[in-house]
Amino acid sequence: MHPIVEREQLSPNVVRLVVEAPRIAKVRRPGQFVIVRKGPGGERIPLTIADNDPEAGTITLMIQAIGRSTTELTNMQVGEAIQDVAGPLGSETHLLKAGHAVCVGGGVGTAVLLPIVRALSDAGVHVTSVIGGRSKEWVILEKELTALGDVVTCTDDGSYGRHGFVTEALKDLLDAGGVDAVYAIGPVPMMRAVSNLTQPYGVATTVSLNAIMVDGTGMCGGCRVTIDGETKYACVDGPEFDAHKVNFQELADRLTTYRSFEQQALDKLGACATTEVKS
Amino acid sequence: MTEPAAPLPAGDEAELPVKPASNKERMAIERVAMPEQPGEVRAHNFGEVNQGLTYQLAMLEAERCIQCPKPFCVDGCPVRVDIPRFIKFLRDGEIAQAAESLLSDNALPCVTGRVCPQETQCEQVCIRVKKGNPVAIGYLERYVADWAQANLDQLPKAHPVQTGKKVGIVGSGPAGLTAAGELVKAGHDVTVFEAFHAPGGVLIYGIPEFRLPKDIVQAEVDRLVSEGVKLELDAIIGRTYTIPELRDEFDALFLAVGAGLPVFMNVPGENYKGVYSANEYLTRVNLMGAWSPDSQTPILHGQRVVVVGGGNVAMDSVRTARRLGAEEATIVYRRSAVELPARAEEVHHAKDEGVIFEYLVAPVEVLADENRWVTGLRCVRMELGEPDASGRRRPTVIPGSDFTIDCDLVVVAIGTKANPLLTGSAPELKVNEWGYLITDDYGMTSLPGVFAGGDIVRGAATVILAMGDGKRSAAAINSWLNGAWPPPPETNAKKPEKEAAVAAG
Repeated sequence: MHPIVEREQLSPNVVRLVVEAPRIAKVRRPGQFVIVRKGPGGERIPLTIADNDPEAGTITLMIQAIGRSTTELTNMQVGEAIQDVAGPLGSETHLLKAGHAVCVGGGVGTAVLLPIVRALSDAGVHVTSVIGGRSKEWVILEKELTALGDVVTCTDDGSYGRHGFVTEALKDLLDAGGVDAVYAIGPVPMMRAVSNLTQPYGVATTVSLNAIMVDGTGMCGGCRVTIDGETKYACVDGPEFDAHKVNFQELADRLTTYRSFEQQALDKLGACATTEVKS
Repeated sequence: MTEPAAPLPAGDEAELPVKPASNKERMAIERVAMPEQPGEVRAHNFGEVNQGLTYQLAMLEAERCIQCPKPFCVDGCPVRVDIPRFIKFLRDGEIAQAAESLLSDNALPCVTGRVCPQETQCEQVCIRVKKGNPVAIGYLERYVADWAQANLDQLPKAHPVQTGKKVGIVGSGPAGLTAAGELVKAGHDVTVFEAFHAPGGVLIYGIPEFRLPKDIVQAEVDRLVSEGVKLELDAIIGRTYTIPELRDEFDALFLAVGAGLPVFMNVPGENYKGVYSANEYLTRVNLMGAWSPDSQTPILHGQRVVVVGGGNVAMDSVRTARRLGAEEATIVYRRSAVELPARAEEVHHAKDEGVIFEYLVAPVEVLADENRWVTGLRCVRMELGEPDASGRRRPTVIPGSDFTIDCDLVVVAIGTKANPLLTGSAPELKVNEWGYLITDDYGMTSLPGVFAGGDIVRGAATVILAMGDGKRSAAAINSWLNGAWPPPPETNAKKPEKEAAVAAG
């Protein structure tokens, strides 16, 4: 069992949980994820490890309530325990060693980005984080990212920071020059837009693919994605890939496989359907 | 769930027949039939197909064994169960002793009594085959094993002298659990690591409920735990722990992680919505319980399902599809009925359940609608040519034979390959060109004290062959830990030739 030792509501549908998982806290690397199962009958959900504290034996998970299982997880309180936390899974991020990196986060993707920003910053890389949300209340982790480098915050409605999409802010940075690498994590349309934007600039761009998976060890093949025309498994070959080689259309499409099931499950739970954050 | 076989005569059962006085009388007894759910009923439920023998049927069948002085059946068994011995105890009414005898040879008899291909192993070499049907060894094994599971308190509890040696076992499938059972009996401190949240490996995620109820597997695991085996779930070796770390922690290791990685068809359209690997399809249904409407794990319910492949996994998938409501469930196999690798019983059960078989057909493209949902499988017809390296006749395409099978779900069950997660994290472990671990005659890998068995050594095979590896490796590990190395000849872990031939068949 993995007790929850800390809980924080980051936005209307994103919760930060600090969970006991001593072994994973000791060995995880940036970019890796865990598979979490709340308890008997629960679904196996892949979640990026946002942070770890080897001394305390804890890892930090940022969870966006989308379907029934994630909603149940975000409703858990300090003192309750998650039955299964398996990992760390996936390959670690290929980090830029020096220079200037722009890290683009949309919605809960910002949480996935945080450990990468931290690792880059620790390595002495100059980081500019570009984060966004629909409106002010959907912007998360601004304070944490500010401690690690420059931050440009964007909101779709202009209620906070720069008015507009993260891609517009990114374009300005690319035009200004001196960007060595871009890391982009968020909804598929956002990652695709970032990828299309950076390609003509020739800037290496990494994205993290949130494909549907069951085991997380390469066994089910459900998370297969097409990279440069070749089938890869997001769980073991990724989750991070060269954005310019990803077939985003196929990924976006495969993510809709269980949409009707998810809606039914949510209705059953009696929760208000939460909408995905679009940046 | 089905009721376990009645351990004792039910009140309304007729008296036992008169005991046969001679082998001639024994030879006159017909082989009993396994009571099963009717095909049209079971095609719509996940309850166990085979219902198990009644007390009377079991006693009658036990009388059919003529107790050969040199029993071939034992040689035909990959774990060398002393078959005549447990059958004799059973027919003498000593069921507890029958159970004790069986359990001392086989760590998972409830499992093997259900899923072993007895017809190509013990029963194939039964002396009675010469003059009719073999003794139904599998049915009797299941009967005794189910009795043992329900009556554990009537069995003596072993208290082996503790050796203080620690053994780590990676994988809780049939090979790992068998080795764990043997090694704990030898007094070692045994820990089994499992990547999933539930133990059992393929017994849990792969083989469906209607063939092997999950409660039965859990009870077998519980028995091993009660004997002292420790389980660490959610532990992925190669990620959570590394092989070097485990070598520091344990005196010996047994790697039994299975083959695991699905093979796809490599045809256009394979990533459309509605194409599953058999691994994913079965894992969602079995491990995650998606067959129940209450499960939080979703599954696509096809109305017309095509399963590509002809092995046991293909049969499990197609029969699952029927139970999930498919009106039409079809097997597409590129060779003919003769070459079907699946167990005869599974094929027979599938046919009873209304499964359609398309032989000599190979897929060439998955078709989909504008929303990328599967609408069909384009196929070609094949003919058999000269035998290939496997000894089976090689299928070749008949030009211009294209046709389409309309369907909304395709399940790919054409095999698995080695998962590099574990081996990739320990480069010093030698693997062959397919990524399977290389072991010596005693089942030891290129790392001293690190043994391996099951599918990660032999490639996709059967539960019982994996269990045979587990048992032989346990004997070798025992010798290694006791400093008796190399082991004496009788614990030589090399595959017996006969068994290798069975595996290839």
